Amino acid sequence: MTHAIIEVGKLVKTFGVNPVLRGLDLDVPRGQFLTLLGPNGSGKTTLLRILAALARPTSGTVRIGGWDLPAEASQVRAQLGVVSHLPLLYDTLTATENLMFFARLYDLPAGERGDRIEAVLRRVGLWRRANDVVQTYSRGMQQRLAIARAILHDPAVLLLDEPYTGLDQDAAALLDELLREVAIAGRTVLMTTHDLRRGHALADRIAILSRGKIAFDRLTDEVEADTLPALYTDVTGTVTTR
Amino acid sequence: MSYSVQRTNVLRAITYGALALFVAAMIMNLFYVGPERTQGEVQRVFYIHLGSFLGAFLAFGATVVAGIAYLRTRNTKWDTLGVAGVEIGLGFSTITILTGMAWARPIWNTWWTWDPRLTSIAIMWLAYAAYMMLRAGIEDPERRRRFAAVYGIIAFASLLYTVIIIRLRPDTIHPVVAGPTQADPEGSFEVSGRIRDTLFFNLFTFAVITVVLVWHRVRLQNLLDRTERRKMEVLAEL
Amino acid sequence: MSASAEHTQSEAQVQAAASPRRRAMTPYLRTVGAIVWKDLRAEIRSRELINSMILFTLMTVLVFSLALELDADARQNIVAGVLWVTIVFAGILGLGRSLASEKDRGSLDALLLAPIARSALFFGKMIGNLLFVLVIAFVLLLLLTVLFNVTLFKPYLVLMVLLGSIGFTTVGTLLSSMTVHARARETLLPILLLPVVLPILISAVRASTGILDEMPSEDWMPWVQLLAIADVIFLVASYALFDFVVEE
Repeated sequence: MTHAIIEVGKLVKTFGVNPVLRGLDLDVPRGQFLTLLGPNGSGKTTLLRILAALARPTSGTVRIGGWDLPAEASQVRAQLGVVSHLPLLYDTLTATENLMFFARLYDLPAGERGDRIEAVLRRVGLWRRANDVVQTYSRGMQQRLAIARAILHDPAVLLLDEPYTGLDQDAAALLDELLREVAIAGRTVLMTTHDLRRGHALADRIAILSRGKIAFDRLTDEVEADTLPALYTDVTGTVTTR
Repeated sequence: MSYSVQRTNVLRAITYGALALFVAAMIMNLFYVGPERTQGEVQRVFYIHLGSFLGAFLAFGATVVAGIAYLRTRNTKWDTLGVAGVEIGLGFSTITILTGMAWARPIWNTWWTWDPRLTSIAIMWLAYAAYMMLRAGIEDPERRRRFAAVYGIIAFASLLYTVIIIRLRPDTIHPVVAGPTQADPEGSFEVSGRIRDTLFFNLFTFAVITVVLVWHRVRLQNLLDRTERRKMEVLAEL
Repeated sequence: MSASAEHTQSEAQVQAAASPRRRAMTPYLRTVGAIVWKDLRAEIRSRELINSMILFTLMTVLVFSLALELDADARQNIVAGVLWVTIVFAGILGLGRSLASEKDRGSLDALLLAPIARSALFFGKMIGNLLFVLVIAFVLLLLLTVLFNVTLFKPYLVLMVLLGSIGFTTVGTLLSSMTVHARARETLLPILLLPVVLPILISAVRASTGILDEMPSEDWMPWVQLLAIADVIFLVASYALFDFVVEE
C-alpha cells in the first residue's frame, strides 16, 4: 500500500472503563472503496466518528490525507464528506438553502456556490425539487440530498455510516448506483453496513471489525459473495441480521 | 492501585489532629471567649459561621482549580477532586447558612433577609446544587467530567462577580469582618484579643477539617471507581 | 435516471479536492453569519419558536396582572421585575429548543463536521438566540407600556434590555449546549442557568427600576456598568469554554 490516505495505528478508544477499540490498525489507499462489517458494539460507529474528528481517540495515531487527528482536525474536516443514517439536514429549509448553508460553512467561493449546488443536485436527481422544503422529501430523497451535501465540497474521503438504514428497495437501488458513481469519481470511501451482499458488491475491499480490532481483511476479488455470511459468522461469532 | 502506607498514616494523623482541633475550638468558643458586648451569647455561633464559610470557599476554590486542571490534562483525578470540593463545600455552606439564620433571628429579628451577602450565598448554594444535578443528568462519564468542569468554572465566575457587586455596593446590613470597608462601623464587631484568638483558631481548624474531608472524599471516590472497574472485569469474564 | 446523466464538471474537481489552495478553516465571520442566516431562515419559515415564545410572554404578563392586582403605584415598582422574569423564562424556552432541535436531527454533527472554529459556531447560535430574545423583549416593552401604563421606551432602559439579554443568551447558549445531552434537559436548563445568570438579573432589575423611577443617574449607572462588565466576563468565559463542550 504505497499511497494510504487513511492511516490508523494502534487506535484505542475507551468509554469510561470499557474499551471499544483495542489497538486497531487500518490503512486505506487513495481511491479504494472499503466496506467495514461487524456486529453492533464492535466499534464501527466509534471508528467512523474518530475518523470524522467527532470523537477523540484515547490513544493511537490517526492520519487522513497526511494530517494528524485530533491536532489538525480542521484540515481533515475540509477533505471529508460524511453520510450517516441520520440525514443531517434542516427540515424547514429547502434543498438549495441547506446546500447553500453548507457551501458557506465549507468556504466554497461565492461565485461557484450556485453552479456547484446545481451540479450536485442534478447528480443526485433532485434538481427538480431543489426549492422544496426537506420536510416534504421521502426518506430516500433525504438520503440522496445527504449525499449531495457530503460531496458538495469535493471531499477526497467519504465516510458512510449505515447509509441504507430506513431505505426501501427502490431507494436502496438508487443509492447503490449513486455510490458507484461517487466511488468511480476517484474518492476514497469507507462504508459501514450490516448488508453483506451490498457491501460486497460495492467495495474493493472488505474488513470485519470484531471486539475492537480488524479481525478479517481481504480484497473483494478474493472473497466469494456467497461465502461471506459463513465467514462473517466464523469471525464474529454472530449471525447477520440480513 | 493502592495507597502507600506512609500517606495513609499522614492522613490518619491529620484526621485525628483535625478532631482534636475541633474539640479545642468548641471549648474556646464556649468557655475561653466571653459573650460579646452588644450581641451576648448568640455571637458565639459566629466562629463556626465564619469557619464553615472559609471551608466552603476553600472547597469550591479547589473545584475551580480542579476544573481548569481537568480540561488541560484530562486526568480523571482532577474530576474526583472537583466532586469532592463541591460536596464538602455544599456541606459547609449549609452550615454557614444555618448558623447565620440562628444568629440573625435574635439580632435582626428575622431568619432571612435579602441582603446582598445572604443573596450571594444562597446563589452559591443553588449553583453548586445545580452542579450535582448536572453530574447526575449526564450519562457518558467522559462528557460528565468535561461538563462538570465547565460548569464549575462558569459558576465560579458568576459568584466572583456577585462578590464584587457586594464590595462595590455598601448597602448591606451584614456585619463586615475582614477587608477594607466604607460601611459604617456600627455593624462591625468590637474585636477584643480573645475574640481575635478564637476567630483565628477557628479559621485554622476549619481549614484543616476541609483538607481532611476533601482528602477522605477523594479516597472514597477512588475506592468506588475501583470497585466499579472490578465489577466490569468480573462481568466481562463471565 | 437523471442522476447518472448529468455529472458534468465533477471529475476534474475531485482531483483538485485536496489542493492546498483551499483554506484550512472557513473565515470566522462568514461562519457566524452563515449560522445566523440559517437559523433566521428556518425560523421565518416555521415560526415555531418565536410563536411559542410570544404566546408564552402574553400569558405570563396576563398571569402577573391577574395574580398581582395592582394599583398604579405598585405597578410602577414591579414592572421591571415582571419585565425581566418574563424575558428570562421565555428566553429559556427558546434556548432549550434552539440546540435541542440541532441535536435531535443530527444536524449538530453536521455543523461539527465542517471545518469551522467551534467558537464561531457558538457565536452563531448565540446571536440567533439573542435576536429571538430581543424580539420577545420588544413585544414585552410594548405590552407592559400599554397594560401597566408605564412608558418603557426610554433610551437607557432599551440599552439595559440589550445588555441584560446579551449576558443571558451568552450563558444560556453555553449551558443549553450541555443540557441537550442530559436526560431531563427541559428541567436541567433552568436549574443550571438561573443561579449563574442571577447576578445579571439583579443588576438589570436594579438599574431598570432606577431608570423607571427617574432617579438620578448616579444611583443606577453603576449597575449598568456592572452589567456591561458581566457581559464581557461571560462572553470571554463562554468563548474559552465552548470548545470543551462540543468536543467528544
